[in-house]
Amino acid sequence: MKKKTQKWGRFLYTWLILMIVWYAYTVSLAPAELITGFVVTGLIAAFNFASFTHYGFSLFHPRRIYYIFQFSIVFLVALVKSNIQVAKIVLHPKLPVNPGIVKFKSSLKSDFAKMVLANTITLTPGTLTVDLIDDEFYIHWLNMTSHDEAGIYQDIAADFEKILIKIFDK
Amino acid sequence: METIFTYLGYFFVALGAIFLFLGALGIYRMPDLYTRVQAGTKASTLGAMSLILGVAFLEPDWWIKLLIMILFIAFSNPLSSHAIARGSYKHNLKPFSKEQVDAYEEVEESKEEQK
Repeated sequence: MKKKTQKWGRFLYTWLILMIVWYAYTVSLAPAELITGFVVTGLIAAFNFASFTHYGFSLFHPRRIYYIFQFSIVFLVALVKSNIQVAKIVLHPKLPVNPGIVKFKSSLKSDFAKMVLANTITLTPGTLTVDLIDDEFYIHWLNMTSHDEAGIYQDIAADFEKILIKIFDK
Repeated sequence: METIFTYLGYFFVALGAIFLFLGALGIYRMPDLYTRVQAGTKASTLGAMSLILGVAFLEPDWWIKLLIMILFIAFSNPLSSHAIARGSYKHNLKPFSKEQVDAYEEVEESKEEQK
């Protein structure tokens, strides 16, 4: 029984998100637009919700929303900081890069959390996720500052992972 | 109508243009493909985002659509740069590394042996 209700939750969640996107793009209250959006997004959600989300409305739990908010702040700060670092490297006359591909182990369990971590690492400049095999991340690093696994983990992922564990693995 | 928002808008558009320029400069100056992917896709994330943010200040009616554009860039950018980097590695393009640090090599070698 629990599984069935969860399915409905995931379906409604997908429908809601798609409808928000539809109405955000059309920005009109004409009845024809509203009805078309309602039907079309419902159909798309019915066929695609299984691959769209594994969490459904549980993502809107207040504790999770708080941590998602905190994560966005940490991420934005890291994004701006590392963009300035890369800008400095590019403008430096000697181009002081020290690139290499490093790996570290993540302690995240769910696939979705790993994907979010990989994308976050890629979005912050200076680090680029080349591959993700089970729980090992292979990262191309523009300017290596540490060489042992613990230091690599500390420099690249620790800040993000602390919060992601709280969002997805509890 | 000159308000504080207009100036904020121009500020963010100019900032975005600067970061996009730095991204282009990075593509020109970096030593190999992987570092170029880094410069080209990353400097441009902040560049494109602040450009769009600036437009949102200048044209407040569009902000919902612009927000979706920012989200779309944030989702698609890492996927494409990951695909480029991994694809080039599969085509045996070795990364430039002063200290010869390449942890991914062993994975590729073990795959070769399995064949």
